[in-house]
This record gives sequence, C-alpha cells and structure tokens, in this order.
Amino acid sequence: MSKLTFARAINAGLRKSLENDPKVVLMGEDIGSLGGVFRVTDGLQKDFGKHRVIDSPLAESGIIGTAVGLAYRGYRPVCEIQFDGFIYPAFDQIVSQVAKMHYRTQGRVKMPITIRVPFGGGIGSPEHHSESPEAYFTHTSGLRVVAVSNPQDAYTMIQQAIASDDPVLYFEPKRRYHDKGDVDETLDLSTALPLDKAAVVTAGSDVTLVAYGPLVKTAKDAAMAAADEGISVEVIDLRSLAPVDYPVVEASVRKTGRLVITHEAGQSGGLGAEIAASITERCFHYLESAPVRITGFDVPYPYSKLEMHHLPDLDRILDGVDRALGRRNSLSGLEG
Amino acid sequence: MLTDQAGKGVHNHTPGPGHSAQIPLRTGGDLLQLVSPEGERISHPEFDIWVKDIGDEHLCSLYEDMTVIRRIDAEATALQRQGELALWPPLLGQEAAQIGSSRSLRDDDFVFPSYRESGVAYVRGAHLSEIARVWRGNASYGWDPLRINLATPQIIIGSQSLHATGYAMGVQLDGANTAVLAYFGDGATSEGDVNEAMVFAASYQAPVVFFCQNNHWAISEPVRVQSHVQLADRPSGFGIPSMRVDGNDVLAVMAATRVALDRARKGGGPTFIEAVTYRMGPHTTADDPTRYRDPIELEDWAAKDPILRLRKLLEAKGLLTEDVEARVKSKADAVAAELRASCIDMPDPQPLDVFNHVYSTPNSWIERQKDHYSRYLNSFNQPVEEGAL
Ligand SMILES: Cc1ncc(C[n+]2csc(CCOP(=O)(O)OP(=O)(O)O)c2C)c(N)n1
Repeated sequence: MSKLTFARAINAGLRKSLENDPKVVLMGEDIGSLGGVFRVTDGLQKDFGKHRVIDSPLAESGIIGTAVGLAYRGYRPVCEIQFDGFIYPAFDQIVSQVAKMHYRTQGRVKMPITIRVPFGGGIGSPEHHSESPEAYFTHTSGLRVVAVSNPQDAYTMIQQAIASDDPVLYFEPKRRYHDKGDVDETLDLSTALPLDKAAVVTAGSDVTLVAYGPLVKTAKDAAMAAADEGISVEVIDLRSLAPVDYPVVEASVRKTGRLVITHEAGQSGGLGAEIAASITERCFHYLESAPVRITGFDVPYPYSKLEMHHLPDLDRILDGVDRALGRRNSLSGLEG
Repeated sequence: MLTDQAGKGVHNHTPGPGHSAQIPLRTGGDLLQLVSPEGERISHPEFDIWVKDIGDEHLCSLYEDMTVIRRIDAEATALQRQGELALWPPLLGQEAAQIGSSRSLRDDDFVFPSYRESGVAYVRGAHLSEIARVWRGNASYGWDPLRINLATPQIIIGSQSLHATGYAMGVQLDGANTAVLAYFGDGATSEGDVNEAMVFAASYQAPVVFFCQNNHWAISEPVRVQSHVQLADRPSGFGIPSMRVDGNDVLAVMAATRVALDRARKGGGPTFIEAVTYRMGPHTTADDPTRYRDPIELEDWAAKDPILRLRKLLEAKGLLTEDVEARVKSKADAVAAELRASCIDMPDPQPLDVFNHVYSTPNSWIERQKDHYSRYLNSFNQPVEEGAL
C-alpha cells in the first residue's frame, strides 16, 4: 500500500498498462517532456520512448481520428484531452466514429480507445477549463463513460479502461489531482470492482445521495455533517456514468425511500435527470418524496470569481437532503 | 522574396500608393528584415516604400508602445504572482509582432485575437482594467468588441480564424473596404479550424489576413511537432500567398502587414503572414518552461530582443535622447500604476450575476434556478425556527 496523489495514481496505472501491453500507446498535447499540464504522464515518455508516448500536434480531431486508425490496426490508444473544454473539436470523431464502429461492423472492429479528460471546476481557471461535458457522451450509445473519485479507483480504473474492448471516456476530477490516498498497486484487476459498478462509499438509512467524480468527496463530507444532526445518509459513488449501475442505486433507494443526486454539470438534460427518472420508474412505490437534484446551474460555466456559487458545495447538498426529508430548507413553503 | 511570379489563383491588385507589391505563392525561403539584429536599417526594394512614412517621431512612438506593453506584461505577471490575477499569458518577446501588426490597422478594421494579444488590445484602445478583468476572473469578457473592433480573447486554439474569415465574407457582401486580421500561434496551424478557415478564405477570396506569431513553442511542443515545412509554406496549398517576416523587427512586421491589409482592401483576397518570433516567458503563469526548453535557446533569442533592436536603431539615428527616454519611462510607469490600481480596485461580481445574459430573452429554467438560489442565499440570514417546515 502506498500513499499517492490522484495524479500519481493515474500515472502508475498508465505505467503498468504500458509495461503489460506493447500495444498501448499514449497520445496528447504536452504529454511528453512536460508530462502533461497536470503532470499525469510525468516521466512516461522518458521511460517508454517517443513512439509510445506521443506528443501530438494541436489537433483534437486529429488525436481521436488517428486513434481510430491505430485501433483498426490493433493498438490500444490512450488519448489525453488537455482540458474538458477542448474535447469539442474531437466530438465528431468520438460520437460519429469511435462510438459507432463496433455496431457498424457488427463486432468485427473494436475500438479499445481510452480518452482521458480532466473535468470539472474549482481551480480558478479561465473559460473552457472547467466544464462537465459528461452528459453529451452518456447520451451516445457505444461509449463507456466513467468518472473516478479517489486515487485507488484512479489507479485500477485507468487500467480497466485501457483493457476494455469498448471505448471509454475516463473523466478525471482535476481539482482532486493533488489529493492523496492509499493505493494498493498489487491489486489484481480481476478481483477489483469492475469498471461498470457503482460503490456504496458511506452506508446510511435515511437518504440515498448519488455523486460521482469531484463531488464524491463533498458528498461524503455532507454525510458526515448530516450524521451530526442525526441524519443517516448513504453515499453512492456512481463510478460508471454509462452504463449506470442501477441495481445498486435501486437497492439503496428501496431502503432509504429518498434520493438526492448531485453533479457539477448543469441540471437540464444532465445525468441527475436520467437517474431521477429511472429510479422513479424502478421504485416509485418506495419513494417517500420526489428525487432532488443539486447541480450546477443551466448557465455556461461562470468566470472564476463566481464559480463557488455555481458548484454544489456541502451546504447546498445538505439543503437538498433536508428537502428530500421534508425538513426545513431554503425552499420551504414554496409550491413546486 | 517578392518576385513577379504571381501564383495561379492569386488576384492581381492595384497596389498601394504608386508602387507594386505582388505576393507570390511561396516556395520557401527568406525572412523579410528591414532592421538587422544589430539595429541597422536594411533597405529593401519592394518593402521600403511601405514604411517610408515612418519618420523619427513615429519610430519613437513604436518604441514607446513596445516598452509600454512590455511593462504591462511585467506588471500583470507580478499581479498574478501576488494573487491579484488568476492567470496571465505573457507576451514577452512578441512586442514587435504585436505592435507592428496592430499599428498597421485602421480603426474600422476588425481583429480576432487569441489570448496572448494584450499588446494589440492596448493599441486598439482597450482600458487596462478591461484587459485585466478576464484574467482576474471577474468577467468572461473585458472590452466591448464592437466598440474597439476587437473580438474578446479566444482560448479555443484557432477558432477565431474562422470567425475572422466569416467577418471578412460579410465585409465582402457589404462591398466595404474594411480588412480583417486574425492572430494565432504556430501550434494553431495544426487545428482543423485554421485549415478550414484557409479553405473558405481562398474560395471566396475573403479580405482576411492570417497573422501567425510563430513564437516557436505551443506550451511544451516545439514548432516541428506541428509542421514539417516552414509555416509560411503551407498556405500556398490553399492558394493563399504568404510572407515570412522577422517578427522581432517592428518595421518589417509593419511593412508586411500593410501590404497584406492593402491587398485585402483592394479585393486581392487573403494573405498569410508568418511572424518569426520567440516567447521568452512561460506559456502562461501556470507553466514551467524549464521542463522542456533549453536555456541556450532562450539566450540566443534574448540577443534578438525586439525592443533592444529598435533601441539600437534609434541610438544609431541619434533619436534616443534623454527626453525620449524619460517620456517613455514615465508613460510606462503610469500605465503600470493604472493597471495595478484598476485591478486591485475592481469590484467583485455579485452571486446572482451567474445567471445573467445566458439568453437574450427570459428563460423559465434559469429564472427558476435564480429564484431558488437567491432563496438559498437568503436562508443563511434567517433565524432557525424550531420544527418549522
Ligand atoms: C482546442 C484547444 N486545444 C488545446 C488547448 C490548450 N492550449 C492552450 S494554449 C496551447 C498552445 C498554443 O500554442 P500556439 O498556437 O503556438 O500559441 P501560443 O500560445 O504559443 O501563442 C494549448 C495546447 C486550447 N486552449 N484549445
């Protein structure tokens, strides 16, 4: 067991994948001598060479489009998109090509491409550096979408993503890159929790609180704060955003009867809406109150001086928990 | 570097006042220089005429501009280090490229910058607080683009080249003689957008100038990762003529930009300028160039410093009087002080500003979220009543 930062844990996972499979290649802007702008690929080019850790031209469509060709040729490309907001030039390649190739060829051609995307806000960056674009991709069939929330998962899930024959969007919560945690580097991938499973990270009985990526930590903190008030919150780390592991969420809601979902992305058309609808369909008779969403607002990600208002924090989540429980909250007395 | 072999597909045009400057489709080659690194004026048969109006006074004012924007850059970098700005993209070393090009523009020309053109913003008439505002994180735009004909900083690499081309197509539809100029870096030339912009510009012969500041680095990637040939050699494949100029030579940059703008105004179509320069600072204040850059390379380029070069020219001409030096220094001091003060005094935005201007007409989703969030904020001011629902 070693204590690693989030960024080092992903680095260690990438290293392991590069060592284990000669078909794994890394591509992205500044991932070589700089080690990526967040240093996630630090030292990998030095150790594996320029042909396996490739500094790409500034062309996101090019990065993903050439990965498609490499995959055709039997490689397992791991592409880094430098920041969430720069994935859109590659959007066409991802949704029109990467996502559809397996279906189009009825399984003849696989696209084992991993696309690493630092996502989310909270680091005081300018425009296009703090987006949460996951719903665009969860809406696209054929893609697996995961969001990691702690160094251990970061380490194992990157390897599972690379090993997956499906294309995986691997979202990394950039504001947690420096958080440290225990990482068992000997963990056998075959015994680790599979890539598409959710995890109950705090057990509880009054309210189910679903989170992923950067907000898992906030959700756990909120659960602790709620416990001080005698409220027992069960926190679920979704891990896989597409497909969502509904059985785990369902079992929890059947127990608690209440659901709060939190994410940084805007509310409309977001993952929270999908989960609220699906859980309502699956366990309507168990719900004691309407599912509550605590999310970013339906606005472009605001400039940094205001981002703390946009991002769900502990207090906003607790307010949502109060709403689900019918306790006094900021919207008390308001209809609808 | 300018010959008569005007390439196929390039319109002949009526050149500037009483002379001819045809731009061939490039096949490689020279760097246009009007001032040597030692500060000597190099005469050029075709380009001299484009700067013949630049007299002593004008040269001194270019020197002032370059000194002032270097000072803005230094002050902003310091403000970032002191936590007053969230980020800053330095332009150290690119002063001649930015001043030479932007001082060639007319007020009615329209400019589409990337994020590094703070020097251009200064020249276009942006207030210092407007330049600082975005980097402080207080707003998502600084200046009114329609007031100073300068689009807001563009962070998505190369996107603005398409906007510039579209604007130029609009100018063409209007039958106006406005020129449009797009700034981008060497790395940007790899993006699809820049290549698509060149396709459109060539197809419609749009009056746009693509001004590429080749500062040799795209964050950590040297220009050879982006291109196997000189950047100025690439536009010829699109049917766009190009020039390769010494970007640290303010006179050469001016001459080339004036030729290109003139060409655009007279219906000659797009031109590509590669201004060969060097980013002497980090990519942004968040970057650490020691991880990827050889210090010797930096030293070589420091010797070609654009301000130093102009100083030498002014000295040789006997223009660098104490008077001029004092005037330039006091201007730079004043601008720096104003930048600092306007930055520190800038009022913080209000929480509910988050919801403003998402749409031009009211939107019920956002109104509801705004109402809920305002109730949420107010709830912190309310006493807790026992058992209240
Ligand atoms: C579409 C997109 N991809 C990546 C980035 C991240 N990024 C910001 S600046 C930069 C390097 C740009 O280099 P260049 O075009 O040469 O301009 P310079 O910064 O050197 O002026 C990169 C990769 C971005 N802003 N937009």
